[in-house]
Amino acid sequence: MNISTVLQSSPLQSNVLQSSQRAFPIGAPILELESISLRFGGVKALTDISFNVLEHEVRAIIGPNGAGKSSMLNVINGVYVPQEGTISLRGERLAGMTPTAAANLGISRTFQNIALFKGMSVLANIMAGRALRAHATFLEVALQLPRARREETESREAAEEIIEFLEIEHIRKTPVSRLPYGLQKRVELGRALAAEPKILLLDEPMAGMNIEEKQDMCRFILDVNDHYGTTMVLIEHDMGVVMDISDRVVVLDYGKKIGDGTPDEVRANQDVIDAYLGVAH
Amino acid sequence: MFDISFFIEVLVGGLLSGIMYSLVALGFVLIYKASSVFNFAQGSMVFFAVLTFVGVMEKGLPFWAALPVAVGVMVLVGMATERFVLRPLVSQSEDTLLMATIGLSFVIEGVAQLVWGVDVRNLDLGIRDEPIGWVLDSTGMLISQLDITAGIVASVMVASLALLFSRTKVGRGLRAVADDHTAALSIGIPLKQIWMLVWATAGVVALVAGMLWGARSGVQFALVWVALKALPVLIIGGFTSVPGVIVAGLLVGASEKIVEVYIGPKFGGGVEVWFPYVLAVLFLLVRPEGLFGERIIRRV
Amino acid sequence: MFYREAGQFRTSYAQDSQILPLRQDRVGMAVLLMAAALVPFVANAYWLSAILIPWLILSLVALGQNILMGYAGQLSLGSAGFMAVGAFACYNFILRVPGIPFIVAVILSGICAALVGIAFGLPSLRIRGLYLAVATLASQFFIVWSLDKFAWFKNYDPAGVITAQKIMILGHDFASPREKYWVVLVIVLVLTLLAKNMARGSVGRGWMAVRDMDVAAEVTGLSLLRTKLQAFAISSFYCGVGGALFAFAYLQTVEPSAFTIELSFRILFMVIIGGLGTIMGSFLGAGFILLMPIFLNVFFHTVFGKSVDASIASALEQIIFGVMIITFLIYEPLGLARLWQLTKERLRLWPFRH
Repeated sequence: MNISTVLQSSPLQSNVLQSSQRAFPIGAPILELESISLRFGGVKALTDISFNVLEHEVRAIIGPNGAGKSSMLNVINGVYVPQEGTISLRGERLAGMTPTAAANLGISRTFQNIALFKGMSVLANIMAGRALRAHATFLEVALQLPRARREETESREAAEEIIEFLEIEHIRKTPVSRLPYGLQKRVELGRALAAEPKILLLDEPMAGMNIEEKQDMCRFILDVNDHYGTTMVLIEHDMGVVMDISDRVVVLDYGKKIGDGTPDEVRANQDVIDAYLGVAH
Repeated sequence: MFDISFFIEVLVGGLLSGIMYSLVALGFVLIYKASSVFNFAQGSMVFFAVLTFVGVMEKGLPFWAALPVAVGVMVLVGMATERFVLRPLVSQSEDTLLMATIGLSFVIEGVAQLVWGVDVRNLDLGIRDEPIGWVLDSTGMLISQLDITAGIVASVMVASLALLFSRTKVGRGLRAVADDHTAALSIGIPLKQIWMLVWATAGVVALVAGMLWGARSGVQFALVWVALKALPVLIIGGFTSVPGVIVAGLLVGASEKIVEVYIGPKFGGGVEVWFPYVLAVLFLLVRPEGLFGERIIRRV
Repeated sequence: MFYREAGQFRTSYAQDSQILPLRQDRVGMAVLLMAAALVPFVANAYWLSAILIPWLILSLVALGQNILMGYAGQLSLGSAGFMAVGAFACYNFILRVPGIPFIVAVILSGICAALVGIAFGLPSLRIRGLYLAVATLASQFFIVWSLDKFAWFKNYDPAGVITAQKIMILGHDFASPREKYWVVLVIVLVLTLLAKNMARGSVGRGWMAVRDMDVAAEVTGLSLLRTKLQAFAISSFYCGVGGALFAFAYLQTVEPSAFTIELSFRILFMVIIGGLGTIMGSFLGAGFILLMPIFLNVFFHTVFGKSVDASIASALEQIIFGVMIITFLIYEPLGLARLWQLTKERLRLWPFRH
């Protein structure tokens, strides 16, 4: 059995829509990264990375451990500032990125190690995801003036829609710290969705899940893409998942890009195969 | 006309207080290095240590017997703290541990008051606290034998602790323990012994600091607030750095005295109550890790 | 069996997010409010002046502290300093603005405290935890020192201790303990309701998000700067109003020495023991701290048959508070408020076990 066979296997059953069936056909580049380089002191996390993400597509970032995938996501979302390189949104070059700016531009994300608000319930966490839409001032909220009440009800409605979509109605009032790992990851997805993002960054959304949980998560990811048209960029280790649900794939290794294309193209790329087999380079 | 000898006297006085702040701060650093916990109760422990020492002497024990008794008591206090306060909270956030040590400081102060009462006591170390004659005559400065002794003792303690941490096997063990208890255990570092050693050392440091301060200003509750001044010292010096604490202590001691003497009278005094804290805040805004501390990088 | 929810349906989101969704709770609250309003007719002046009034006032300050520490997660040891700002601001407003209504003066004092709070809260943008606690210590010491040394605040009064002016509302002098109590009660109730609304709404969620995971909070679009400073401002407002009431309705004097670091620590204890991040916890904690000396006295009387020596009593208090803090932090970090909540949940199921 060679590596191509492994890369080919897809034990998961999921509905990958053919391009003709898509509710939101893949469009023009929505996100472009050019020559991104990131260093932490002497450690080069990313070196001269360039790729784009097309609107409405599901883009996967894969690579061996330590390849710089999370750092890449952190750069897109403004948590890390690259020493070199630019980010462009819909052709417009951005001056700099901060997490708050990213949120305002419609970029939302989940974290590898769950970053839920541990002191709040599921419902509160998801409603908290809508922070950008809370325009009422603290005084209006304190006095329960009409705009504050209206926004609260709207937030609740939006959150409930997501809760229904993610099938977590039964735990909506539970404090998130009491939930099992898989459900916590689902809640985090919900919180990211609450912001109604254009681009959703998912950092290993299926880490630590068993087969059924992965199937559910795949289903949710594809449903989000199909239902809302959200562009998804996800980091994932499970090859089967990646090959199955993504439209295009970027492969990183030691902070450099070594592959970029459709799953089939990447699967056949010798550099990628070498990287996974651990050929010295 | 600028009186240079007066300035030097103020400066020296400030440096002497400063080295004592450093000594108290060292107690904090020791505990922090060994358990990554900031022991807010250190000030109360300084007070309790010297109060026990003096109280035990009052009951009839001679000086040299009272010393080990006081140290023993402090070790017990330390072990009890580790067992009943720190261990149950081992996985909690830093803030929670800090609040727990604030609670601990109240317990220790309460016990001190309960056992030994509220009277101010004098501590006679047999060292004179009047200005030394020839120094006064030749330079016009008011410095006493006690001041000098305090300075020397404190410097010696600080220097030896610095060496302990950087040069010895024990010191390395302590640093390993502070970093990761489980990992330290797994390489065979005897956790219990290390902690006993740490608390004993911290207890000795607290006792010495308390004795020096107590001899100068009497053993009274206000000692606790003096010890609180060690907080700005820690921040300016950096929590994990023994040389940092030394430099910062001198800096805080000298600057607060100079500001109090030269600028204080314009406002009716009392500047030294807040000056070190404000200085620490300014430092935090410019250099959060302190003069010698380690940069904290948060990974997402 | 009294506490059954059966038959009480909530048919809209607005209904579900009410403060008291259960009918039994609403009835209970109504009874409590009536009792609170009528208590001056049954209680003697001592109980009003020495227990109830300070309890309400300190609950308000604890509420402010809870907003900052419990909801927004910013460690603060400077609440007494902001109280002092409120007290002195109120004194000065009444002194220098003739005919200013008391309520307006109190609100303005709160705003002054809020502004000072924002200034001293700026470090929170770069530091947290113990470092922030030390910064708040700086604010505590500096504020009290400034109010003491700059004679303008005391109107150049050489005496050092200023008497608070009368509480004049709509031409009536609220001088008796009963009247002072009602003024304090109304102010505290209104501000508590506002705080509850904020805590349950988008504002509170923003605070808790910053407390729990500030990187994730930023990712949702929250500005850490605005959220933290807002928490400092609102918290200091509450402390400032509390401080004004403390001076005018309780101590009847306006002096910096009433607002010491020891008071800041008391407030801290109220919040920790009462329950961090809860509104009710502020009231429970304040009540606990205030009633403990009385309880100790009664205890000593009944068990030992004599009065307890003052210094022993205060030492015991210290020990009890310290032990309770440690115990609560280990076993029930959400404090008395959570214990109360658990009791209510038990009552809902009673007489069944689960």
